[in-house]
Amino acid sequence: MSKDQPASVQPARRAFLRQSLTLIPVATLASTGLGGAVLADSATPAAAEPARPVTARAYQPTFFTQEEWAFVSAAVAVLIPTDALGAGAADAGVPEFIDRQLNTRYGSGGLWYMQGPFHPDAPSELGYQLKLNPQEIYRLGIAETDAWCKAQFGKAFAQLDLARQQQVLEALDGGTVTFASLPAATFFNMLWLNTREGFFSDPLHGGNQGLVGWKLVGFPGARADFMDWVERDERYPFPPVSISGERG
Amino acid sequence: MSQMKKVDVVIVGFGWAGAIMAKELTEAGLQVLALERGPARDTYPDGVYPQTMDELTYNSRKKLFMDISRETVTLRHSVNDVAVPYRQFGAFLPGTGTGGAGLHWSGVHFRVDPVELRLRSHYEERYGKAFIPEGMTIQDFGVSYEELEPYFDFAEKVFGTSGTAWSIKGQVVGRDKGGNPFAADRSSDFPLVAQKNTVSAQLFEKAAREVGYHPYNLPSANTSGPYTNPYGAQMGPCNFCGYCSGYACYMYSKASPNVNILPALRQVPNFELRNNAHVLRVNLTEDKRLATGVTYVDSQGREVEQPADLVILGAFQYNNVRLMLLSGIGKPYDPVSNQGVVGRNFAYQNISTVTAFFDRDSHHTNPFIGAGGNGVAVDDFNADNFDHGPHGFVGGSPFWVNQAGAKPISGTKVPPGTPKWGSGWKAAVADSYRHMLSMDAHGAHQSYRDNYLDLDPVYKDAYGQPLLRMTFDWKDNDVKMNRFMVERMGKIAEAMGPKAISAGKKAFGQHFDASTYQTTHLNGGAIMGTDPKTSALNRYLQCWDVHNVFVPGASAFPQGLGYNPTGLVAALTYWSARAIRERYLKNPGPLVQA
Ligand SMILES: Cc1cc2nc3c(=O)[nH]c(=O)nc-3n(C[C@H](O)[C@H](O)[C@H](O)COP(=O)(O)OP(=O)(O)OC[C@H]3O[C@@H](n4cnc5c(N)ncnc54)[C@H](O)[C@@H]3O)c2cc1C
Ligand code: SF4
Repeated sequence: MSKDQPASVQPARRAFLRQSLTLIPVATLASTGLGGAVLADSATPAAAEPARPVTARAYQPTFFTQEEWAFVSAAVAVLIPTDALGAGAADAGVPEFIDRQLNTRYGSGGLWYMQGPFHPDAPSELGYQLKLNPQEIYRLGIAETDAWCKAQFGKAFAQLDLARQQQVLEALDGGTVTFASLPAATFFNMLWLNTREGFFSDPLHGGNQGLVGWKLVGFPGARADFMDWVERDERYPFPPVSISGERG
Repeated sequence: MSQMKKVDVVIVGFGWAGAIMAKELTEAGLQVLALERGPARDTYPDGVYPQTMDELTYNSRKKLFMDISRETVTLRHSVNDVAVPYRQFGAFLPGTGTGGAGLHWSGVHFRVDPVELRLRSHYEERYGKAFIPEGMTIQDFGVSYEELEPYFDFAEKVFGTSGTAWSIKGQVVGRDKGGNPFAADRSSDFPLVAQKNTVSAQLFEKAAREVGYHPYNLPSANTSGPYTNPYGAQMGPCNFCGYCSGYACYMYSKASPNVNILPALRQVPNFELRNNAHVLRVNLTEDKRLATGVTYVDSQGREVEQPADLVILGAFQYNNVRLMLLSGIGKPYDPVSNQGVVGRNFAYQNISTVTAFFDRDSHHTNPFIGAGGNGVAVDDFNADNFDHGPHGFVGGSPFWVNQAGAKPISGTKVPPGTPKWGSGWKAAVADSYRHMLSMDAHGAHQSYRDNYLDLDPVYKDAYGQPLLRMTFDWKDNDVKMNRFMVERMGKIAEAMGPKAISAGKKAFGQHFDASTYQTTHLNGGAIMGTDPKTSALNRYLQCWDVHNVFVPGASAFPQGLGYNPTGLVAALTYWSARAIRERYLKNPGPLVQA
């Protein structure tokens, strides 16, 4: 596109080009007219990557307590397990992602309309109606689940074996357990949504480390230029790229 | 309260409607001020590479959308229910900031099917009065396609729309080339040829043809090549980056008020855009016959009075209605007595999606590739292109594949029967993501006596003003139409030979679900028409009751369209602006006598 700009290119557009030049992951330069050659350079199929064991980097939670951290680490590993297809949510850094998200405006409910009065029993089709924000949902949901596990099985969730953990999450998901402080399914749905978010979002948010989520499904991340691929009914061969330029 | 210097025109909101009005009225030599509640926004820094390629920030956390913590609407399914706030984004996503939702819309850029502009008359003529169900309040717009054609044509040139014409001045030019045989005649071609089609759209095209329908290229306000519009604004070719709906375009390829109109307005001394200016109300003279300006809250929370001779409400469909109610413009609608007009005929979009899953060896649909307005559609069941007689419902629906770029947090789908989580889910996601496609039946939605808007008695916004209340639910007509359409569209999916199909079909008695995204195509509430008893605006979008207030936006639609609304919003805004320029300014007063 830069080729088509006349000399009097508007200031915002100049800023755009300036900005892009410093930050652009290579593959996208093709369509900006700045060099098709770099595209070929990145054409390493994902399959050629040497297999290496993936685990999440060390992280010190700042929202979660140690008990909560143990719960979240165990739970996300059940929701998206590490298996023959590769790393799961825990190994991708999803617990770090959730901890960091809970320290944002999202975590404190700042992205929701949170004025009363509250009608938590309104029909579910009218959307979320509790007065709890995400931080509170995790805090109460984890405490309730751990207390329930201790009452049923004598141990906190993180200490249960895998089969039991699956059973517990199924019970939360199916709403077959009742908590006093919030609906179990509300907690479960948030945990499951945040797990997918952490597994599939750009690694700059803390999860999807090593781009494992994107490699699993074949999502190319921030490549964002498919001019030459639109019409082709074939496998897109390039590995994913993150916002910071990391390759999968 | 501080008072600002009087201007000729104050425009509330700077989305498509506000920007078009600003351009037209500055051209007429007027001093124009646009007040926009949201922040200043532009391609830089809101749509730069690579920061904008961030699904979590822009899609999950909705960075560019309205700040719902400060103001929202309340919802209920019937007049007997208690309304509760729309606390989290779900069914619809209103915009904010410079460009409004126009900065981050998708870009499907349609005209209108002429029949839909005179819907009630047409149905009565073809099927008889009794065919329209009791309680359905559809009516005519009061303006014809022929009258609007020049404005559709010009808007496409401003937007830089890509598409394939069927006929130009009566001459068929688009047969077997991707034109839509059901499309109304045009005075000139699209400014750009249609974009390339994704694999998903190609599959849809082939399958639709096989089952006997007539596929055509979706008209998209995403560029198929470089373009300069009549205002001198430049666009580069869309590269199908896939970060389109909900994102600002980093390639200057998607039409927006920011890219296509604002650069020209910046050049003229008689235009000012004031951001972070939230308008509370339109001020009226004591007799409520004339507006004197508006009052807004500035970035520091101060109330400011802005006098003006002419007030344009371009604040988006439901905000326009709310501002009218808050200001006392027009008589509020009461569904019980069926009196009043402001809030009347609130309608939405009756949409359903069908997803086809292919074997991983059969097709690579690569859903991450796409552009917001791009795709292939059929109109065989849109508007009144088929005989509704035997089917007993009002309304039509285009079907399409409109692959706008599906990213993995929100865009991974799995075949029916897949476990919800765990290794089974993981394997299914890995297997499906690159081998599926979705198609929509983008149905029209009709208006009814008891689907309406008024002010909520309980909930307030951050400024202490009542929220707007939506009373809304699906009716049997909507469900009948939806089921009919999903069955017809399902035939296209079947013809593609997928290994699995999942279809969302409405059930009788099913309630409107505000928690899942449908469209941001909300209509009505301040509708145009020919009779002040059943419309808030005359055919020029001028308030019947306060002649110096004009209200462009989908709030003027008496019912929802089969197509997306923005093409008609833009054309009506140009039409209204023309009437202001050529008639109102010479002789301010009602343009139509009640
Ligand atoms: C994700 C998405 C995709 C879409 N895709 C399509 C599509 O493909 N095709 C199509 O036809 N349509 C599409 N739409 C709809 C389209 O965006 C709208 O029809 C169009 O933007 C409406 O223009 P408008 O000017 O009426 O309102 P808006 O664009 O919403 O602009 C209104 C402006 O008014 C401002 N405002 C509101 N209240 C106040 C106040 N009190 N004081 C000051 N300012 C105020 C708002 O902040 C906003 O900036 C899409 C919408 C969304 C959200
Ligand atoms: S898909 Fe095209 S129009 Fe949409 S944001 Fe990407 S480059 Fe722009």
